[in-house]
Amino acid sequence: MLIKGGLLPALRMRVALFIPCYIDAIYPEAGIATYELLQRFGVEVDYPLHQTCCGQPMANEGDQANSAAAEKLFVENFSGYDYIVGPAGSCVKHVKQHFDAIPQTDEVKTVRANTWELVEFLHDVLRVKAFPWAYFRYKASLHNSCSAIRGLHIAQPSEHMAPYFNKSEHLLRMVEGLELVSLDRPDECCGFGGTFCVTDEAVSARMGLDRVHDYVRNEAEFIISPDMSCLMHQQGIARKAGIDLKFIHIAQVLNGGPF
Amino acid sequence: MAAKRVDPAANAAAFIDQDDIHEPAHDRNLWAARMKRDAAAKAIPEWEDLRTIASLIKEHTLTHLDKYLEQFEANAIKRGAKVYWARDAAEHNQHVWNILNERKISSIIKSKSMLQEECGMTQFLETRGITVTESDLGERIQQLDNQPPSHIVMPAIHKTAADIAQIFSKAIGTDPNNTDPHYLNEAMRQDARKRFLEAGAGMTGANFAIAETGTFVVCTNEGNADIGAAVPRVHIASIGIEKILPKVEDLGVFIRLLSRSALGTLATQYTSHFSGPRKGGELHIIITDNGRSKRLGMDDFWHSLKCIRCGACMNTCPVYRRSGGLSYGATYSGPIGIILDPTFDESKYSELPYHSTLCGSCTEVCPVKIDISDQILRWRKVMAEKKFLPISRRLAFSAAGKIFERPNLFHGAETAASAALKITPHFLLYNRALNPWGRHRELPHFAKQTFREWFIQNKQQNQEDKQQP
Ligand code: SF4
Repeated sequence: MLIKGGLLPALRMRVALFIPCYIDAIYPEAGIATYELLQRFGVEVDYPLHQTCCGQPMANEGDQANSAAAEKLFVENFSGYDYIVGPAGSCVKHVKQHFDAIPQTDEVKTVRANTWELVEFLHDVLRVKAFPWAYFRYKASLHNSCSAIRGLHIAQPSEHMAPYFNKSEHLLRMVEGLELVSLDRPDECCGFGGTFCVTDEAVSARMGLDRVHDYVRNEAEFIISPDMSCLMHQQGIARKAGIDLKFIHIAQVLNGGPF
Repeated sequence: MAAKRVDPAANAAAFIDQDDIHEPAHDRNLWAARMKRDAAAKAIPEWEDLRTIASLIKEHTLTHLDKYLEQFEANAIKRGAKVYWARDAAEHNQHVWNILNERKISSIIKSKSMLQEECGMTQFLETRGITVTESDLGERIQQLDNQPPSHIVMPAIHKTAADIAQIFSKAIGTDPNNTDPHYLNEAMRQDARKRFLEAGAGMTGANFAIAETGTFVVCTNEGNADIGAAVPRVHIASIGIEKILPKVEDLGVFIRLLSRSALGTLATQYTSHFSGPRKGGELHIIITDNGRSKRLGMDDFWHSLKCIRCGACMNTCPVYRRSGGLSYGATYSGPIGIILDPTFDESKYSELPYHSTLCGSCTEVCPVKIDISDQILRWRKVMAEKKFLPISRRLAFSAAGKIFERPNLFHGAETAASAALKITPHFLLYNRALNPWGRHRELPHFAKQTFREWFIQNKQQNQEDKQQP
């Protein structure tokens, strides 16, 4: 399907919105922005009400037994859609690349293959060329999560010797007023790592603090990310250290709110 | 008796908390190595192809290891070396001891060998009255401080110059306040020289062993392996079975990758080829398994045998840089340690796979394309299946699993606060008594309305209307 231009007519594709649990409870505005943004492009979005979690937190612990039920439910909720779009790189990475606690039936495989991270979906499927409604007059830094970079390849990892690309950055460059500042260590892990952030608290906090200092050194006012889980950790660190930085999901910037 | 479980998180916390100097310097120095590696890799247009070729050569060799090992042995013998086989550390050490004992050798010098480290060889020999002197500067520092190496390429990288000045002042009488690296280096050189000249045997490892020629190759930056091989009459080399390469022409691929990956230099200062004993000397080669063939049989983990011990995965690992290598409590630290150490002792090293954010940087830098990050996750599955996970964590996850399984239980009273409470037990506060989230972080502010509530309030009607034909 080739779609040109920024504003699109209603598309005949069945799209479901996948809102991970922590976005639901802690950052609903990121979910709202995602929903509104997709609608602006003429995408009709369903939100299956019985969704809970993709199983990632348990699976990352190696706990297959306890992630199986969540994975099964995910498939029940999202089966039958052409696209399942989630504003969360690490959850989508889990669905696409791990998600093997349940038997890999055709239905499971289809759901996994149809699941997309929001930036990828905008960039690769909708092929968005403009966000005419978006205006963001700040110096900001981009934080792509490791899952999004090295798992989903929404950006070229700095370690890998191939031409540079960065899909989140590409989208943000279309936003008027926004000045992106670069970092000393652009794709260094921030230390969130799911349960790692509590089981390995000292290292996690030190990594987060180093990341936050990198933002401060480079004079960012806002940190924009397609992954709120990393930002939840970084925001907690910055607040505790008394550092004034604002953290926001990329959908909010691209949609022009809600802030 | 089962060995005590290593707690890398607690050890790393101690490394970070000791002062404001060590951890930041450690992180900075290793990050600089990573940056140099990036620049060196970028300068080679075919870098990624080299990695692929290296990986394929290793996979091929490991798949036909028996054939290539026998070929190496036959050719090494033809060149006049004496070849021994060791199934494990005990056999390896016994071979070394026999060689030394038969010749009444009481002091040896050795260059860095992770295999000898694995075998606990130094301690084994010392208890039998042999004086062992490390000839690599970093290893010597660690030896004098009674510590194992903390990094496979830079053994004392967790120490500052001030630490080293203290150690040298006690060991060789230098000025404890003089931290000038040149001064310290020169003092150690003077002290070491006489030991080198007195040693009855020199021990080395090997970076590569070439099947078609029976030659092995040792790469160092200090030339210390060459002294060990050239000064004493007897040279003993310990070679892990995975070090084999089929042909000399394969070597070029690995030499180009090794030092660029390790330190960002074009090649190690010394790349020495040993083909048989030198005139009037003896060359003994101990081909050692020590768990490697068992690893080769593990479907999920055999790729770890491709490792060429460059240390790039350690330099890039954000967790390793903040932890210091000794935190892993094992011969191998950092990402490669996480996937190797459990093959020696699953219970003792069961926590290591959790000492990672799974960021994946190690996989991307590895010159032989080991899927390190995926192996770390697979080790977690092994640990969870075998119930090595701490019980508090097991219960938290099983509770979370039950909640996520049932939407009605999960959504419950449909308020943000209640949803948050269901997420927090495993996400943030699984151990409430210690509240590890809160020591360095504020809790997130929970929203007044969940996304779901917002949706039901504002959009659900549309969704239902739409679904009516
Ligand atoms: S695993 Fe790869 S990067 Fe790490 S030491 Fe081995 S070869 Fe080097």
